[in-house]
Amino acid sequence: MTRMTGGLVNFVLRLMLIAVTLAVWEALVRLLDVPAFILPTPSSIFTALYRGIASALYLNHIGITLAETLIGFVVGTVLAFALGIAVALSRSIEYFLYPFIVMFQAMPKVALAPLIIVWFGLGLTSKVVNAALVAFFPLMVNTIVGLRSAEEEKVDLMRSLAASRWQVFWMLRLPNAMPYIFAGLEIAMIFALIGAIVAEFVGAQSGLGMLIQSMNFTMDVAGQFSVLLILSVLGLILNGMVNGVRRRVLFWDVSQKVDAVASAQKKGGTL
Amino acid sequence: MRWRPIAGIGGRPNNKNTSEETLRAVAPSIELAGNVITVRALSKRYGALDGVEALHEVDFSVGEGEFLAIVGPSGCGKSTLLKILAGLIPASGGTALLNDVPIEGPRRDIGVAFQSPVLFPWRSVLGNVLLPADVQRLGRARMTERAMELLALVGLSGFEHRYPWQLSGGMQQRVSLVRALIHDPALLLMDEPFGALDALTREAMNVELQRIWLERRKTVVFITHSTAEAVFLADRIAVMTPRPGRIADLFPVELPRPRSLDVMTHEKFGGYVRRIRAALNAGGGIE
Repeated sequence: MTRMTGGLVNFVLRLMLIAVTLAVWEALVRLLDVPAFILPTPSSIFTALYRGIASALYLNHIGITLAETLIGFVVGTVLAFALGIAVALSRSIEYFLYPFIVMFQAMPKVALAPLIIVWFGLGLTSKVVNAALVAFFPLMVNTIVGLRSAEEEKVDLMRSLAASRWQVFWMLRLPNAMPYIFAGLEIAMIFALIGAIVAEFVGAQSGLGMLIQSMNFTMDVAGQFSVLLILSVLGLILNGMVNGVRRRVLFWDVSQKVDAVASAQKKGGTL
Repeated sequence: MRWRPIAGIGGRPNNKNTSEETLRAVAPSIELAGNVITVRALSKRYGALDGVEALHEVDFSVGEGEFLAIVGPSGCGKSTLLKILAGLIPASGGTALLNDVPIEGPRRDIGVAFQSPVLFPWRSVLGNVLLPADVQRLGRARMTERAMELLALVGLSGFEHRYPWQLSGGMQQRVSLVRALIHDPALLLMDEPFGALDALTREAMNVELQRIWLERRKTVVFITHSTAEAVFLADRIAVMTPRPGRIADLFPVELPRPRSLDVMTHEKFGGYVRRIRAALNAGGGIE
């Protein structure tokens, strides 16, 4: 009971802190007479947000960016998972693909966005390709590392039972890799959103990234802030979706392998 | 349990490294039962010619339903020996036979219990126990009944739907033991299965293992570095010394069963422990 009331008090304190921050921000901008194209007041940001949503203007763009992100995520992660399995299982595939993987891993993938726009046009396809490309690497690296992380003792146990290579994969390596795979999926989801936005920056007819840029041209800074707010909420929801599935699938993973996320960010983390 | 025709007269292989007296001391009943395991001049060298010799011409045999303990310090090659018997690694020389068939790879009629329980955290207790049944496609329905029976035997009834991380170390090791028994193997290999447990739990597990063994009469090869554990559990003890790994002494333990923990204070018990120590000291096992 004490813990619950304590939690409630903390929650209220947290809300108050946010409210105070917004109030101070509003007051400072008004008092110091900061121009609206440098830093808008919170009230004008919320007004812009409300107008955008009420006029259904934002909803259209949200839908497009979300579609690009999700399709890109699915395409990128399915390919990454398949290639990750192939590399983890076959030394010769690894040997021949290794130079390509290393080169792509070191390259900032978003730098390819202008080329991708040239190749795939201004429509949905180029955004999907870019999102998929950026989402691909963190999952592929984590799949490889995860599939190879089975302890020797467990492999010995499977072998002592005269298990086939295939059985070792299905019954041991794949379930054992799931914490790594989910850590990779989590990063891939956020990366896919970033990939879609960047591609929209470079050239698009719709989407939240395009909206930010067109607002930038018209110095509608309050509007840009309102879109940023939408993007961070979108990121939270997408992350929550992956996390929700992870908690169901990985109920057994007591450690929740936080370190896997860190290593994935280190290894596959270049955008 | 598979009964084999009696091996040729004097079928027990010679042990070059042990005294004649040791060989004669072997109980005749074991001779008659036929050998489940026959090891002759087994050697293992890691690396090329200048590599480490982990096993040097090891000879011994294990009769049907016999409990053989192999005692030795770390690095004496006892785990290497067990891995060869389990078919996980090949020998460099000599032969190892299981029911007169050379062991050339993993076999379905061997159950192995490792030093740690090696349970899969995504499988429940029942799921872990049924792993050999899944791998060898023995049919879940039939094996589940057997699994519940064995779980009851080790006192784990009611825990079948728990997950490994919800169990204590001793309980996890019991699950591992049941898993090693589930496919009714001809041979049970145990590699220091209680090494990671605290002393009290370990004693309790020894009593438990003896009880299960008396009930099921499996042929067991039990590796340990505890002299007391070896004397308490075994029908016969092989003492191994390192560099190179070889059997320095092999003798039967003639203490009546079932043995209680009180047997440890028995004079004969102390005598066996001293004999193991003497063999280890002579072989340079303890520095």
